[in-house]
Amino acid sequence: MSVASEYRLLLQPKWRAALRRASSVRSRVGRLLLVGALGAAAWPVVYLTLARFLAALRQVEDIGPLLASRLLALGLLLFFGLLLLSNVIGALSGFFLARDLPALRTTPVDGLSLYLARLTETLVSSSWMVLLILVPVLAAYARVFDAGVAFLPVSVGALVPFLVIPAVVGSALTLLLVRVFPARRSRDILLVAGLGAVAVLVLVLRVLRPERLVNPESYRNLVDFLESLRGPSSPWLPSQWTADVLVDGLEGSADPLTWVLLWSTAAGLTTLGASLHGWLYPACFTRAQEGDEQKARRSGTGLEQILSGLAVRRRELILKDVRTFFRDTTQWSQLIILAVLVVVYVYNMGALPLHAGTTVSRYLTTVVLFLNLALTGFVIAAIAGRFVFPAFSLEGRTLWLLRSSPVEAGEILRSKYWTGLVPLTSLALLLTVLTNLVLGVPPVLFFLSMVSIVLLTASFTAQALAWGIFFPVFESENAAQIPTSIGGLLYMLGALGSLGLVVLCQGWALRGYFVSGLPGRVPRSVAASEAVVALVITVGVTMIAAVGSLRAAEARIESRRSG
Amino acid sequence: MIELTSLTKRYGEFVAVDSLSLSIAAGRITGLLGPNGAGKTTTLRMIAGILEPDSGQVCIGGLDMADEPLATRAMLGFVPDRPFVYEKLTGGELLRFTAGLHGISGSAVERRIDELLDLWDLVPWKDHLVESYSHGMRQKLILSSALVHAPRLLVIDEPMVGLDPKSARILKDLLREFADRGGTILVSTHTLELAEVLCDEIAIIDRGRIAVAGTIEDLRRASESHDAGLEQLFLRITRGETDHRIASLLDALA
Repeated sequence: MSVASEYRLLLQPKWRAALRRASSVRSRVGRLLLVGALGAAAWPVVYLTLARFLAALRQVEDIGPLLASRLLALGLLLFFGLLLLSNVIGALSGFFLARDLPALRTTPVDGLSLYLARLTETLVSSSWMVLLILVPVLAAYARVFDAGVAFLPVSVGALVPFLVIPAVVGSALTLLLVRVFPARRSRDILLVAGLGAVAVLVLVLRVLRPERLVNPESYRNLVDFLESLRGPSSPWLPSQWTADVLVDGLEGSADPLTWVLLWSTAAGLTTLGASLHGWLYPACFTRAQEGDEQKARRSGTGLEQILSGLAVRRRELILKDVRTFFRDTTQWSQLIILAVLVVVYVYNMGALPLHAGTTVSRYLTTVVLFLNLALTGFVIAAIAGRFVFPAFSLEGRTLWLLRSSPVEAGEILRSKYWTGLVPLTSLALLLTVLTNLVLGVPPVLFFLSMVSIVLLTASFTAQALAWGIFFPVFESENAAQIPTSIGGLLYMLGALGSLGLVVLCQGWALRGYFVSGLPGRVPRSVAASEAVVALVITVGVTMIAAVGSLRAAEARIESRRSG
Repeated sequence: MIELTSLTKRYGEFVAVDSLSLSIAAGRITGLLGPNGAGKTTTLRMIAGILEPDSGQVCIGGLDMADEPLATRAMLGFVPDRPFVYEKLTGGELLRFTAGLHGISGSAVERRIDELLDLWDLVPWKDHLVESYSHGMRQKLILSSALVHAPRLLVIDEPMVGLDPKSARILKDLLREFADRGGTILVSTHTLELAEVLCDEIAIIDRGRIAVAGTIEDLRRASESHDAGLEQLFLRITRGETDHRIASLLDALA
């Protein structure tokens, strides 16, 4: 059988399964409507917001289009980093942990076919969400910069190698890490991958110093500033080449050299990746099959004491969740990334030139202080998506034990809710207090943001849990992959929707206070009545979302018995 | 102890269990036999409370499972056909967790955990993660988790999977002793020799319905095969006698 036929054959079970999943979704009209409505709402929001922003940017003479292209390059660089990490995680599942691999390895399938098939799977599962976000982004660019129909094939031609390169590099990195690490701790490679990604991210953020772009005064003169915008930010990275190709496409021109660079790199790396795979994979696969660390460290003793006042069932459910979390490297290794991201976030907040001089108005400063709530909320929503959303899916094939025990669905739900809520609330409060202190937020706003973030965290945790119960991914071998499912995306849309609603409503309630910061007005602090209205709205929105989500989730767990 | 009345379960168009009725007395071991896809596992999962029937009734210890789900589940210990458990817990932690789900903890539970692990020679593995257990060791651990809360009823889907001869012997003795002390056992198996030796009664399920139920003597009488063994009875009742296609298939392969 030729490599092409084997490749198609190897992919067949996956795409057939995907088609069946899609058709089963089709059969559930309510679910389809929900998915459609949320998807339909998200794309226009991204498209319209970005289009409006880009249109405003375009009005700025000379600098505007340059800033827009730099923004695209920065976005693509961020996506490239995410794709790389996502592909490393995906490749670990596809190449080493998938349940069908032992059976496949006993068949006379060519190594190249297996490599290409698993690479395709890794690429698709790691990239679809990025691709989905890029569609309205590129559409907005095309609209604002009047790109013709030709921009469509240009986008496709640029994005294919842009997605292939991180998939190939991510798969090769996983292969090398499995090779280097003691096989018994093969999953620990995620820790290294995570730390590597963090190092790259910190480096990128600090080297690029994006805050300088919005603070031209930090440059010696305008010429310096323009020069810094014109030059490529990272000329050796495929994300920059992709940005160059796309910007050329927007202007109706094309630089053959960039095209050749992008495609030849993708093709060359794929060839190298295939050779590396052929050389190392058999030995690496064998090593990865060896058992994990045998003896468990006694863990949770302190927690046992803390939880000793709880009823036995709840205590054991929480202890089980905590133990399984901290013993699974794919789970806790990402906490390190999280910790560094928090530091970077707080640092960058401190780096904002809010109190530096007269260039930024008091009104803008107040708005930024207020929007810190939105940013912190976004971070917490994303973290809940990563750690709380998979909670029910991870029960997966062990769910029989809970279902055949005398435990109510509500008890299972509540234990998972509290297990997620307590650490998330602590993190949210830490983030809010630190950033508020760094930014010098006035007392009433400080208090309001603290209460709001606690309520929002309660709501995000409930929503993440509920979406995870409605869209479980029981077959995943890797917890880190679960949030990249359709349910994970829907959760993020729902959570960001509720966050947006809270921020808008609070903005409306505090509009008088913001306006008082405009030039020519008398500055004043937040009135008690304004704070009360903002709080009432926040309590209303978050509690409706939280209670509604938990009730729906409980009903769903019960109804699964009849499924 | 178990009373199933007109139990029905459909998966879409497919009727997995079709108006099944069965009565199992306390202190008895009943074997549920049947060809693949006959509805055994679905029936056991409905008794264990994992699945809800589309219609019909499951009564355990005189309580209707639909009305008293927690009380009925508290009475039983369940062993599924595939030993999936939390890989990142140790054997000891898993048993403590299962006991906790039944609302019990403390020194009595710890003692019982040690006794159960000792029975299966798993004491040296008590603090090892389940992911390092072999298939047979996991089966022993799940059998222990079904017993840790001292249930009155055991529902076991394929008990001998992965067990070595010594452990299989221990399990047979354990189940017999459990029933002799008044416990009730419903066991589904394809190992007809086990069913013949262990079970007081046999129920043969075919296409979602009970084809025949009773002692082996009852089965012989029902199928008019007076000195037939369980295998012959089973094949006759389920119309699964030797397939002549085997010879032609082997010829083709040769």
